[in-house]
Amino acid sequence: MWDYSEKVQDHFFNPRNAGAAAGANAVGDVGSLSCGDALRLTLKVNPETEVIEAAGFQTFGCGSAVASSSALTEMIKGMTVDQALKISNQDIADYLDGLPPEKMHCSVMGREALQAAVANFRGVEWKDDHEEGALICKCFAVDAVLIEETIRANNLSSVQEVTFYTKAGGGCSACFEGIENILNKVLAERAETEAAAPPPPPEPVKPAKAPLTNLQRMRRIEHTLEAIRPQLQADRGDIELVEVDFDKKIAFVNLSGACSGCQMAAATLGGVQQRVMEDLGEFIRVLPATEMGKF
Amino acid sequence: MSEGIYLDNNATTMVSPEVVQAMLPYFTEQFGNPSSIHQFGNKVGLAIKAARKQVQKLLGAEHDSEIVFTSCGTESDSTAILSALKAQPERKEIITTVVEHPAILTLCENLEKDGYTVHYLKVDGKGRLDLDEYAKLLTDNVAIVSAMWANNESGTYFPVVEMAAMANAAGIMFHTDAVQAVGKIPMSLKDTKIDMLSVSGHKLHAPKGIGVLYLRRGTRFRPLLRGGHQERGRRAGTENAASIVALGKAAEMALEHMEHENICVRAMRDRLKEGLLAAIPNCFVTGDPDNCLPNTLNIAFEYIEGEAILLMLNKQGIAASSGSACTSGSLEPSHVMRAMGIPYTAAHGTIRFSLSRYNNMPEIEKVIVAVPPIIAQLRKLSPYWDAANNVPVEEPEKAFAPAYA
Ligand SMILES: Cc1ncc(COP(=O)(O)O)c(C=O)c1O
Ligand code: FES
Repeated sequence: MWDYSEKVQDHFFNPRNAGAAAGANAVGDVGSLSCGDALRLTLKVNPETEVIEAAGFQTFGCGSAVASSSALTEMIKGMTVDQALKISNQDIADYLDGLPPEKMHCSVMGREALQAAVANFRGVEWKDDHEEGALICKCFAVDAVLIEETIRANNLSSVQEVTFYTKAGGGCSACFEGIENILNKVLAERAETEAAAPPPPPEPVKPAKAPLTNLQRMRRIEHTLEAIRPQLQADRGDIELVEVDFDKKIAFVNLSGACSGCQMAAATLGGVQQRVMEDLGEFIRVLPATEMGKF
Repeated sequence: MSEGIYLDNNATTMVSPEVVQAMLPYFTEQFGNPSSIHQFGNKVGLAIKAARKQVQKLLGAEHDSEIVFTSCGTESDSTAILSALKAQPERKEIITTVVEHPAILTLCENLEKDGYTVHYLKVDGKGRLDLDEYAKLLTDNVAIVSAMWANNESGTYFPVVEMAAMANAAGIMFHTDAVQAVGKIPMSLKDTKIDMLSVSGHKLHAPKGIGVLYLRRGTRFRPLLRGGHQERGRRAGTENAASIVALGKAAEMALEHMEHENICVRAMRDRLKEGLLAAIPNCFVTGDPDNCLPNTLNIAFEYIEGEAILLMLNKQGIAASSGSACTSGSLEPSHVMRAMGIPYTAAHGTIRFSLSRYNNMPEIEKVIVAVPPIIAQLRKLSPYWDAANNVPVEEPEKAFAPAYA
């Protein structure tokens, strides 16, 4: 079944703070029955100091939902409400030594229950902006709703662009078909509205920021690779930049040492490409120098 | 896990020791290619022939040439449907059901994108079809009907023999995914109008990665894989000889144990059902218990979630499976449970116990003792459960109405 960490298993089999907190003065109910996850978080907050003195949870959900709830109650006990609100879902996942990508939504639910409970304590209404779709990219835990919204918001038109904006597709690439299906749907709608309405005034597609010169790009790529090298060297490998083809948007590199022949070379390059793209702010492919003649 | 109690036989089965023995020589001495003329290949060819006969006998097929070996149940399903579409290009519709295995459903959804029309027959609360609705859809536009013999989650049968006769009378091909039924109930395909039928070896104590497509003589057919002349050109690719021999042996053994399956395995299943229903409040059997596989029991435990139950069972060495969304990484619970209209508070807590002839009554008694405390413990955590009084909270859907639904 799932590859749950020891921590997740521990918090599932021995949940902390199960049940409603005694003397609770704040409650947050979140979740969705259709998704099979629902959580009631109860807090006892000191009205003077706003310190959370006790927390309790009741969860309808899977192993990681129970574990995330249990972890959250442990994390927030003793914090002030404001401190607790700074906890992100990633913090909850980290506390549990990680969650499988399919289960990250369980930690999201924990954070939202906290927000709802705090809103309840402060007597304000909490509105959820949560929408979650089918998981498309398992490597980076990206769902269909996020991909679709990102495509719309940024007028994307290729899988590469989607990868750049959301990371989806940046790993094993098994999710390309799923991404393409969403793209095709949005592109079809876009074509329809454009056909129906007169063309809108041309708007700048790219941010008004001045584009980088090729020299600047080259320096940034080198800079990123320098930052990655220590990690590779720790595994007795190394990487160096050989050539950049700016027209084709490809950076050619030499992977050497333990990295070059290992089965992980492709995965390593995928990770490097991700970093380079992030630092560069635009799409680029990273390929081994041995591929240079083929383009 | 040798001491574990394995009740997940609809997912896959243990390979019988006798089956392992039968297949082993085909990795070593008998490694030849059955297509070769020389002595190395010849014996292998004869062994495959014998296996084909054994499978023919289990299915009650008229000819052994109606048995086509494939790589799995999924391949058999795809081959059947795509063949029917390719052989009858003028027919652009498919009839199937909402509760099929993904091997059929995902394929059909994909075919819809290619312009085919797929009619999905609905089921009622017990997982039964409306044959009047079916009859109305049988037109000249339909290339193939595909309905499963027995459902993998609930075990419920569809009346495939009757449905095949109706399709045949309307001049339409009929396929059934019988992956869960073959080896568990007697069959005599020669007395039916079923044109194609899918089998998967690993559900009847043969290894994974071997399947069969039964193809009635005279049925128009287009291969999925073209290449060599293996399987009379209907499924190219060098034969998986060892697994074919294994499936033959498994088929023979399934036939020998058919009575045992329907008397002893059924008795264990029935005992498990009574024991659990008597000991646990707020649970019920899903599907149609009066018309279902002898080995399958699917129970919905209300107000808790299936994966959590499985984790706790696993800790005690008991293996089962769940229709909960969280076991599959999707967000919706099993499409089968939703199709039967099982409410979300119960659909997420469905557990499938599927037995085999390798289980015994003492194991069943252990499970009957182990499950109730697990259910009680998880309900204590549930916001829908009143732990103090050990009953669901009053009007559960209202008492706990989370912020998004
Ligand atoms: C009803 C049904 N059809 C098809 C399959 C797929 O068979 P295979 O795993 O051999 O591809 C299964 C197995 O899970 C099944 O239960
Ligand atoms: S699943 Fe998206 S890259 Fe691997």
